[in-house]
Amino acid sequence: MKKVIKKMFWAWDFEKEEKWLNEMSAKGLALVGYSLCRYVFEECEPGEYTNKIQLLEHRPNHPESEQYIRFMEETGAEEVATYMNWVYFRKKTADGPFEIFSDIESKMNHLILVKKLLLPIAILNLWIFLMNLLNFAFNYPRGIWIPFINLACAALVFFGVHGIQKKINALKKEHAIRE
Amino acid sequence: MENIALTEAVFYILLSLEKPLHGYGIMQNAEKLSGGRVKLAAGTLYGAINTLLEKGWISSVPGESGDRKKEYVITESGKAAVLAEISRLRELVENGEKLTGGWTK
Repeated sequence: MKKVIKKMFWAWDFEKEEKWLNEMSAKGLALVGYSLCRYVFEECEPGEYTNKIQLLEHRPNHPESEQYIRFMEETGAEEVATYMNWVYFRKKTADGPFEIFSDIESKMNHLILVKKLLLPIAILNLWIFLMNLLNFAFNYPRGIWIPFINLACAALVFFGVHGIQKKINALKKEHAIRE
Repeated sequence: MENIALTEAVFYILLSLEKPLHGYGIMQNAEKLSGGRVKLAAGTLYGAINTLLEKGWISSVPGESGDRKKEYVITESGKAAVLAEISRLRELVENGEKLTGGWTK
């Protein structure tokens, strides 16, 4: 029987999302589908699967992504859902721990990709805020609060970028002395 | 030959490819060779394989019919890289052992 749960995670919290999916798996619910904030689960043995989420450089149907996903599947992982450039993988827990990256550099590159996704969104919102602020100030002073919605969005995403950057910096430090 | 250290992943990938092997085979082989210590994750392995293909240290072998899995094999320049790395590692081990002889474990 399928069970749908609505829940939202920010893109920069994808590791929290993974953790939550693994907790669901521990309860006997395996992710089988995802679309915006909508998680579809099917019953499984408690703890049967371990989940990992990865942001790809290209859309999942791009030849390079398809080749990569095929490679992942050859190593025992399974693609359960895709959303924009995000892929949800799972692997049988019995097959051992499931990691996508085993070295610092590729972990770092993945976080840099997440940052590259978020940063333009933050900057765009900041830009829209500034443009609208001028526009509203001159033409519609009573609505001057409206541009601040974009400022709030920008602040939120910058906060996410900051968290990712902190993780990148920690890995960079570690990478200076070991692989 | 560039005089830089290979990553552990690259070293074990190259060591695994004397005979053609697919990605999953490399993962299993690296784990076996290292007594279970080295667990190459698929994303890391995929990135390393593509870089090694670009550098010409490994090449992909046309797979046997019916088998979609791509196989890879080490090239002459890949072998040279491994040999250079081994002599670098030997130097490290020799110096390490020479200078830590009096250290207690």
